[in-house]
Amino acid sequence: MLEQKERMDIVMAGHVDHGKSTLIGRLLADTHSLPEGKLEAIRALCEKNSKPFEYSFLLDALKDERSQGITIDSARCFFETEKRYYIIIDSPGHIEFLKNMITGATRAEAAILIIDAQEGIQENSRRHGFLLSVLGISQVLIVVNKMDLVQYNKERYDSIVQEYETFLNNLGVHPKQFIPVSAFLGENLVTQSTRMPWYTGDALLPCMEAIQKETARDKKDLRLPVQDIYKFTAQNDTRRIIAGTIQSGTLTVGDTLTAYPSMKETKVTSIERFSSPKLETALPDEAIGITYSPQIYLKPGEILCKREELAPLIDTLFRVRIFWMAQTPMQTGKTYTLKLATMRVNVSLEEIVHVFDTQQLTQTTGHTRVKRYEVAECILTSTKPIAFDIPDVCLETSRFVLVHNHAIVAGGTISASIHHSQNSEVHEALQGNTQFSYGTITPAQRKKHLGHEAATIVFCGKKANDYARSFEYILYTQGYTSASIIFEKQKNVTREVESLYGSQLRITIKTALSAGLICVCAVDSATLEELTHTQLGPLGLINCNESPSQESSYHCSSLDDLPRLVKDLIADNIISNIEK
Amino acid sequence: MNYLSQLEAKSVYIFREAYKSFKDLCMLWSIGKDSTVLLWLAKKAFFGHVPFPLVHIDTSYKIPEMIAYRDKLAMEWNLTMIVGQNEVALKNKQTFPDGNATRLQCCKRLKSDALHRTLDATYPRKKLNLDTGEYETEKNAIPFTGVIAGIRSDEEGSRSKERYFSPRETTNDWNIEEQPPELWNQFNTDFAPGTHIRIHPLLDWTELNIWEYIHQENIPIIPLYFDQGKGTRYRSIGCAPCTFPIQSTAKTVPDIIEELRTGKLSNIAERSGRAQDAEDGGGLETLRQDGYM
Ligand SMILES: Nc1nc2c(ncn2[C@@H]2O[C@H](COP(=O)(O)OP(=O)(O)OP(=O)(O)O)[C@@H](O)[C@H]2O)c(=O)[nH]1
Ligand SMILES: [Mg+2]
Repeated sequence: MLEQKERMDIVMAGHVDHGKSTLIGRLLADTHSLPEGKLEAIRALCEKNSKPFEYSFLLDALKDERSQGITIDSARCFFETEKRYYIIIDSPGHIEFLKNMITGATRAEAAILIIDAQEGIQENSRRHGFLLSVLGISQVLIVVNKMDLVQYNKERYDSIVQEYETFLNNLGVHPKQFIPVSAFLGENLVTQSTRMPWYTGDALLPCMEAIQKETARDKKDLRLPVQDIYKFTAQNDTRRIIAGTIQSGTLTVGDTLTAYPSMKETKVTSIERFSSPKLETALPDEAIGITYSPQIYLKPGEILCKREELAPLIDTLFRVRIFWMAQTPMQTGKTYTLKLATMRVNVSLEEIVHVFDTQQLTQTTGHTRVKRYEVAECILTSTKPIAFDIPDVCLETSRFVLVHNHAIVAGGTISASIHHSQNSEVHEALQGNTQFSYGTITPAQRKKHLGHEAATIVFCGKKANDYARSFEYILYTQGYTSASIIFEKQKNVTREVESLYGSQLRITIKTALSAGLICVCAVDSATLEELTHTQLGPLGLINCNESPSQESSYHCSSLDDLPRLVKDLIADNIISNIEK
Repeated sequence: MNYLSQLEAKSVYIFREAYKSFKDLCMLWSIGKDSTVLLWLAKKAFFGHVPFPLVHIDTSYKIPEMIAYRDKLAMEWNLTMIVGQNEVALKNKQTFPDGNATRLQCCKRLKSDALHRTLDATYPRKKLNLDTGEYETEKNAIPFTGVIAGIRSDEEGSRSKERYFSPRETTNDWNIEEQPPELWNQFNTDFAPGTHIRIHPLLDWTELNIWEYIHQENIPIIPLYFDQGKGTRYRSIGCAPCTFPIQSTAKTVPDIIEELRTGKLSNIAERSGRAQDAEDGGGLETLRQDGYM
């Protein structure tokens, strides 16, 4: 008896007064989706207040909305066709309520953008188009409304279509269809209008029905953010359950999972559901639980992935596209709470790369603040490493919000990790693995020739440069062949430039190592962090600061320490004994 | 994934987010179909458990079957059951049935006020002892900072604009003109001292979805919703003096679904059997801003 249709959530966007609420109201009326008497009740209400009848009152239910004839907050309404269930989200077009429009738009998977034929393209027509592209809503229909007010004129329609299409295409948005309508009169909403014979496309409703659901998420890599871990002991329940909603990919009993960023591994023992058929596999969007073995200790916020599938990125530094919604601007150096999937972490705004002009689609640099409703490209740094994806890999784990003073103040997507890349070519290039090949002489042959193996010795901290130079000289006197790489960096570079320095240094070291040399380097702590993610063979890290460091097992605080250091490094097999 | 499973999964996610974010969390249970579906969804979210108390506001005028059904299910499902009441208004007979208040004033006292004061622990609360089946006064009751409620967007205009996690000010006011943004699956889980958050896992559900889900899951529902042979049934249940049955011969869940699907009820609003709604000219915005459920 219960047929199960699919569901589609569509947001209605566009400039203030262009007819969003009217269109939805009329669509509900024409598809007989309103409870009987509802329309009559609105008619009576309008008459009582001596106001012309408005379909928008079906949606604009708040007192202030009706008295001012404006939508303040997004509303959900429901209707159903043969094909599917729809939740249509009406949103406000007034700039003042943009945060409510964004709230509505993030609930949708497709959008209808509406433009008043008489007024033409306005500020928020562009801004909403821009925001939809930032939110990753790519399925868009464009409605040119109030055609009755321009005598159903084709030229007027064509010129709006042309201008707006160019604008959207520049954003990478490609509308599925442009439709001329009169929302108030119901022309071209449900059935084709006879008023505009020059328009040969479908009416709005058939175009909505033609929007395809994005279904490919089950083909992607598994992303299961850990929402919580339960051990309910009531009624002798002994299960320890990881609870979470699958964002992409599929999960099957027996899978080996890796938790990011902790990198712990475990195996799925069972998939838990309450009062449901026992299935061995779970699909995207399912809110499930798993039991697992071995019993690793996990915290909410980690992302579970299949061991053999593409890993998420892990970093403390990332590039984001952000829209700011709070009255107080976002400011460089300030701290916010970032929420991504089920994880929370403190971040600070490291740098504003540029701020977008949502009207001209240009960018300006040199900002230290992002003001309310601006969209900006920024660099954020987090207090501990987090796992995430870029939108192309998994939209759901690339989106985040920022929280400040108990409220969500911004939303955005991470567009890149500064240190790593999910684009394998970029990743390899930064790692210096692919650009060069290093000849045919093997490490063994080089060893025979030089009398020792290659190694990397890195000094970091106070006077690192001096120690590195002297250290190399000691090696030289003992017959070692070496290269000294003293990294002289300009002060105060951005973290992005820092990362490029790291990449240069890596390639330089790799070249020296390939020649069989002992590489003696001096770097600062930021660059050191870059190196610790790199495969370099035998590696000795020497801390030159007074305070001990986690990474280094060697310490150097005066030139007198150096001969002992050489001995220690040889004893530990980091520098091989010279055989000549 | 089919439509009902999608609704279920989203609600479960909201439940888990609420449970993770609020130490002092409770759920309102009115015994009606919506909040009973809510209770079922809680069991879905927590694998058979309901790890927070249920709060019922007893106006003392509830249809008697409701109280019996409440306590039976509480015992069977091991629920932590808390009951609150405006004892002062009842003692002083400031109610509609006593002839000393309009329907709306009565609702405000016995429901809105009782609810606020029960949630912030200024009224004594009674807690069901699952061993004895008796209610006992709760000691050291603390205010709830997260309150799960079973409202739906399709019930009434202002509800179509609700947030899943809806902050309430110290005064319990719903500042409907200035709701904070809520993006994707990220909700308002942070709150200032003295305020609390209402959590609404059923916002995307319609009346029809509720019945379809009750059918799919075989959820035990109070029989008041079905025609017992007299040709009437309740479509919405509340206090006996203000709730009236509708003409209907729907005897089973599939009958009700059929009734809703074929539009037999389309000329009758869902809460038309609730007399207090009519008194307000149909709009409940005033009561709702005041925290009425
Ligand atoms: N002539 C004519 N008027 C229209 C049409 N569609 C809408 N209107 C009128 O335009 C005005 C604004 O319509 P709304 O539906 O409230 O506009 P909106 O886009 O929802 O406005 P906000 O939500 O405040 O951004 C109302 O007075 C409508 O009656 C149309 O097709 N033709
Ligand atoms: Mg509107």
